[in-house]
Amino acid sequence: MGLISSTHSVSRYHIDGKIEGSITEEVRNGLIKHSIPKIESEYDEISAGWTPVESPYNPDFNKFSFLFGTYFLFSLRIDKKSIPAKLIQKYMAIEIEKKKEKSGRDFISKNEKSEIKELVIDVLMHKIPAIPSVYDVLWNYEEKNLYLYTTQKAANEFFETIFLKSFNLKPIRLFPYTIVETKSKFSNLQKDRIQTLVPLKYSRKLHA
Amino acid sequence: MLDIALAYNKYKFLGNDYLTWIWFLIETDQNISSLLNSKDVVTLEVGNSIVLENKLGDKSMEKISIKGDQAGLEEGTTALKKGAYVTNINLLCKINEDEYRFTIKGESFNITGLKTPKTDLSHKEDEIEGLVLEKAFFCLNIFKVIDTLFLKYLEQRTADDWNVKGLQDIRTWIGSF
Repeated sequence: MGLISSTHSVSRYHIDGKIEGSITEEVRNGLIKHSIPKIESEYDEISAGWTPVESPYNPDFNKFSFLFGTYFLFSLRIDKKSIPAKLIQKYMAIEIEKKKEKSGRDFISKNEKSEIKELVIDVLMHKIPAIPSVYDVLWNYEEKNLYLYTTQKAANEFFETIFLKSFNLKPIRLFPYTIVETKSKFSNLQKDRIQTLVPLKYSRKLHA
Repeated sequence: MLDIALAYNKYKFLGNDYLTWIWFLIETDQNISSLLNSKDVVTLEVGNSIVLENKLGDKSMEKISIKGDQAGLEEGTTALKKGAYVTNINLLCKINEDEYRFTIKGESFNITGLKTPKTDLSHKEDEIEGLVLEKAFFCLNIFKVIDTLFLKYLEQRTADDWNVKGLQDIRTWIGSF
């Protein structure tokens, strides 16, 4: 789900720090350096990186824009290989039968089963294509605000790691406490007061 | 600033208390525009879901979910009376003529199912920048309302008269069910 879809899920970040030099050029360089590889690696279970919002399957930041008005807009693509359990089960059964025939035994040990399982997973992992997921990133550099169009924990974690590597800026997740720390004009005294707050008890009976 | 993971857990109640306060504002017809100091006419309504939680004495948790367009909120108000608080709420926010629907989670302020006002622009190449800017404007509008109202809530909650006024008003509302 992205910025221009009809329904959005959004998690927000405060971006700490500043970029030295030309901001647009540095952002372009970071995006290119950590863009998702054009050719899928058959060995990687997961690969992730940036891609232009208009071209999720052709990560070419020289051809497609990432600057829209005063915003940077690009996408995080995460390609993940996932082998269905039933597929592993099927190939395990085939390989176990082969092993029994070859050895002339009518049983195989626990260790042999584990070895077969590892081999099956390895072979299937190379054969199976990765499934891509694309999440848009809207960044207002001047206001230090960033919007990631997903609330999935794994995607948030990938985003935080790749963003820091790409731009050397720390994304701080916005939730009640960090909104107070980064977006409010409260004095230190007020912030101290907020930090001493405890959950409210609304019921009269409990509080009497 | 505190460690992020520690702060998230320690202060997630602030978001839940805030959502409970929002429900109170809606049910008691408070003027949202004036709370926001906004020239726009901003109104809030409870949408099609609300989730409450109540910590029980034996460390277990009671969860009350109310869903559906025509669902009555009586179960929710009864839960509030028993000491529950809102953890998740679907809201309809109107800013002048524009309608926004979304669900907000108290502890994280994550927004899901956000529907912004309809736009006339298409996905065509020459209109894409306009579409992006309009969509960004809509999304940012709703975050502005959420954050401004949250900071207003904290301002009230840390004020000297909170216990005799703000909290008392919420308790009176809960007591009225």
